[in-house]
Amino acid sequence: MFESLTNRFEGILRRVRGKGRLGPDDVDEFLREVRVALLEADVHLEVARTLQDRIRERAVGAELAGALNPGQQVVKIVLEELTEILGGEAARLPYASKPPTVILLAGLQGAGKTTTAAKLARWYKARGRNPILIGADLQRPAAVEQLRTLGDRIGVPVFSEPSDPVAVARAGLAEAARLGRDVVVCDTAGRLAIDDDLMAEVAEVSGVLEPHHTFLVIDAMTGQDAVSTAEAFHARLGLDALVLTKLDGDARGGAALSIKEVVGRPVAFASTGEGLEDFETFHPDRLAGRILGMGDVETLIEKAEETFEKEQTEAAAARMLEGTFTLDDFLDQIRALRQMGPISNLMGMVPGMAQQMGDVDVDDGRIDRIEGIINSMTPAERFDPDIIDGSRRARIARGSGTQAGEINQLVKQFREMRKMMKQMGGRGATKKKGRKGRKGGGGRTTARGPVPVDRKKGLSLPGLGDQASVPGLPGGGLDRPKG
Amino acid sequence: MRNSSSIDDSTWEGLADALLLADVGVATTDALVDGLRKRVGREGVADADGLLRLLKVELLARLGEADRDLALGGEPSVWLFVGVNGVGKTTTIGKLGYRESVSGRRLVFAAGDTFRAAAADQLSLWADRSGSTVVRGAEGADPSSVVYDAVAHAASRGADLVLADTAGRVHTKANLMDELSKVRRVADKGAGTVTETLLVIDATTGQNGLVQARQFAEAVDVTGIVLTKLDGSARGGIVVAVQDDLGIPVKLVGVGEGVDDLVPFDPEEFVDALFAADVPA
Repeated sequence: MFESLTNRFEGILRRVRGKGRLGPDDVDEFLREVRVALLEADVHLEVARTLQDRIRERAVGAELAGALNPGQQVVKIVLEELTEILGGEAARLPYASKPPTVILLAGLQGAGKTTTAAKLARWYKARGRNPILIGADLQRPAAVEQLRTLGDRIGVPVFSEPSDPVAVARAGLAEAARLGRDVVVCDTAGRLAIDDDLMAEVAEVSGVLEPHHTFLVIDAMTGQDAVSTAEAFHARLGLDALVLTKLDGDARGGAALSIKEVVGRPVAFASTGEGLEDFETFHPDRLAGRILGMGDVETLIEKAEETFEKEQTEAAAARMLEGTFTLDDFLDQIRALRQMGPISNLMGMVPGMAQQMGDVDVDDGRIDRIEGIINSMTPAERFDPDIIDGSRRARIARGSGTQAGEINQLVKQFREMRKMMKQMGGRGATKKKGRKGRKGGGGRTTARGPVPVDRKKGLSLPGLGDQASVPGLPGGGLDRPKG
Repeated sequence: MRNSSSIDDSTWEGLADALLLADVGVATTDALVDGLRKRVGREGVADADGLLRLLKVELLARLGEADRDLALGGEPSVWLFVGVNGVGKTTTIGKLGYRESVSGRRLVFAAGDTFRAAAADQLSLWADRSGSTVVRGAEGADPSSVVYDAVAHAASRGADLVLADTAGRVHTKANLMDELSKVRRVADKGAGTVTETLLVIDATTGQNGLVQARQFAEAVDVTGIVLTKLDGSARGGIVVAVQDDLGIPVKLVGVGEGVDDLVPFDPEEFVDALFAADVPA
């Protein structure tokens, strides 16, 4: 299966250890691995080749100094080159000076256009706009029904009629004007890039809509064909940007990099799950790490920043570091975490997590069970799980539909997490002793001293703060699935 | 590569490039090229045409003499369709349902995709084209019970075959894969027997296709692949690795949106198309 680039380098590293600079042969050894990594990530063959040349140029003779070993140095160059291709800054999506702002979605069958249309409308609505959806996919049976259902779900009107896509587009624009909507998102039928008739049709739809933004919706799992598909759509429609879908899987998404390199259009949005809220603006620098299997720290940090109530987080963090963190606090944290999307998505963003966990599943179903267990506890039990005895355990198990063993496991892991948190808190946190500590309380200082919390970033995710504390997500969230 | 010049480094490179561009993948490509290098010496092949012929032979050997027929034998038989989102499961069922009903079988469609909005409507429209019955549940209903009901319905009406749709799911979601395993188990519980579990893979899929196949095979014991959207410019080369690594044969190929656009997999045609002249450079 796929390995991260760092893992691939291990064998080579042993051979080049101690060298002052990398010679051409050393670099070529690294580059062979880079090439395989890129191709396994579905980066287009030609793009991989260009990249190899650029990396070779920079890496040969580079001084091996400072904190980085030669492998890390090459990884850094590769990452910089990938980031460079993906484009310095995020795509800009200005609103039309004279509303509505019109957006056209196009792409192959099954890329996720209809879902993306709804997600995009929801995204604009969340930013105070009044979008309308146009259903111009009259090809796929029930596509318009799907769009209508999604429109209902997000409270956005949907226009369509059983005529032809061009007429629907024209009437849809009129409807948008009549209703005074300021953003128009038009869904179209999936079509193959080599289907001339259908490509001409979508060009005609585009001619009627005169869209301000035309997005190609592309599946993150797409292979080598992505480039020719994007070129064909670009030739017909003049693409502005891509929407990269199905990033919640484990596909590396090299197709997006190839398209950016060849067609010169950036990814504007990334779709990271089946929920309509699983949609975010895309940050070019992050895909680079994913392509190399290296995690996505910044996205995680940003999500955490968006979702957490700062005060609530700080209070919980303080209690955590004091060791007075309760299961109630823990439940709050789980809920806040879940607002950020499925836990399994979050895990993929933590660097090193993917490789560390191998095929261990982080299962939202198990998180559900943890919530169930805590919900079935009395306030006293949540405050001090040590009082949970056999009969209490049996009651909680009945209440939550779980097994006594799972409750034991949760309590045990919670206790360990609390202990670890307290150790992390160390000296610094014990000064402002708020609540009375319980059994075994008091502020013990560890040899390592306090672990700094990055206040600037306002991040304090229990069990997710950094790699070392990951096992602290209790309740078997990180355990191997049983059976 | 396609002329009869002698074999040099660029010949080999061109050959590897063609395989990689068809999404065959690095590991399989390297294995094929290594094998060929040995054979070329042994068999005295001296020109590029001969090399290409030999490569096709190697590829066909890897695709094997698999049984590509769709198995029957239950009362009713159940064919279950699984795969990631957007690969064409519902459309495949629609087309296959038409084909099977034309050949005289009595069918029931099970609308086991209770997640995607209007998926059951989509399946119903396909069922109308073949005059089949659809058993559906409410949106968000338990897909296992929908499939179970469909099998029971089919058994009571003396239907031959149940085509069971499922929601698309990304193979990394453990809970959704568990749900799928349950659908597979429950489909076997009543009067019916699951005789085919078909993984639908989109021909545009790159290297992730192999991971998909492995995970789905683990969850539901996949008996065959349906390779869809092969009418586009994508070659679907990843199925070579799937069959090579996992021994799961491609059984059907989707080549368009029309009701007749589902055909049996033809290995020779597939291999020829891998090297067709319009491979994008």
